Amino acid sequence: MNDSTLTTMEPAATAGAVARPEGWRGFAADWSSDQRAFKGVSWGKAMMWIFLLSDTFIFGCFLLSYMTARMSTTVAWPNPSEVFALHIGGQDVPLILIAIMTFVLISSSGTMAMAVNFGYRRDRVKTAVLMLITAIFGATFVGMQAFEWTKLISEGARPWENPWGAAQFGSSFFMITGFHGTHVTIGVIFLLIVARKVWRGDYDRGTRGFFTSRKGHYEIVEITGLYWHFVDLVWVFIFAFFYLW
Amino acid sequence: MATAHATTGHDTPADAAAGHAEGQQHPIKLYMVVWGWLFILSAASYAVDYFHVQGYLRWTLILIFMTLKAGLIVAVFMHMAWERLALSYAILVPPVLVLVFVAMMVIESEYTHWLRVFFFAGGG
Repeated sequence: MNDSTLTTMEPAATAGAVARPEGWRGFAADWSSDQRAFKGVSWGKAMMWIFLLSDTFIFGCFLLSYMTARMSTTVAWPNPSEVFALHIGGQDVPLILIAIMTFVLISSSGTMAMAVNFGYRRDRVKTAVLMLITAIFGATFVGMQAFEWTKLISEGARPWENPWGAAQFGSSFFMITGFHGTHVTIGVIFLLIVARKVWRGDYDRGTRGFFTSRKGHYEIVEITGLYWHFVDLVWVFIFAFFYLW
Repeated sequence: MATAHATTGHDTPADAAAGHAEGQQHPIKLYMVVWGWLFILSAASYAVDYFHVQGYLRWTLILIFMTLKAGLIVAVFMHMAWERLALSYAILVPPVLVLVFVAMMVIESEYTHWLRVFFFAGGG
């Protein structure tokens, strides 16, 4: 951030007062001041970030326990590349379903980022439509996960056993992907609720209510987006550690 | 960041109506570029598995692609690149400390593995 950016940030605050320092000095000044540390960040956004931090620890612990199980077992770990292969056109394509799921989720993150953009431009229709597309991508992802679970369960995978090797594979798989799928499902519901409010124009009128800012801000779209991108972020780690490792 | 300047959430609707940039406003093109890179990096991750890359090269590539993807999502899609450091450090530093936990559990699981091999060779 350069000085010109700083002055455009808060015209009212910088008019008579001393500008807040940037960089490390700014970090120290923000945290040591007898004020709220997150300065320009609204409570809604700060609280979503703090919730996501707590969620990071939850998923971190899941992946850690999976790592511990996999490293400490003396039985061979199943090869995910083969376990998650699909039989297409007479040959087994490794991990193909997971690859498609990854692309679906990344695309949903793209449409979500654009929804946030149009939200701040107060373009009601484009924001709502983009959020709806994001929700459809999310629902597609959950549907494919249901297919993946069904296939594995029909092949004998259980939280306590599986036909391909170490029993801990089953418990790790259902725990980690199940918890992530739950997050995606909650995200889809969250998206649909906010998209409906955007469509109705609640944020233009400043209508009070559940998930509705009092001042008529579109910031809730960005906060919803933070949650959604986080779900995508978690999948990046699951994809790397569980499916590829 | 000269091209995309971020303002904070202080603006009132009146400000926005007056043409004042509100919230995290960045060019759509930037999102498209990041979106494209996420596709490329995911395809590269998948290629690592598809072409049966094994050993340290496999793990290195997986970690590099994973870190780049995670970084792009957090920095651009979640706008962390434009937040004040007070928020960025509060959110980004604690997860890094999880690596200490990882190191502890690696030692723990190697010990457990050794116990199992030593006392229950061939068992679970």
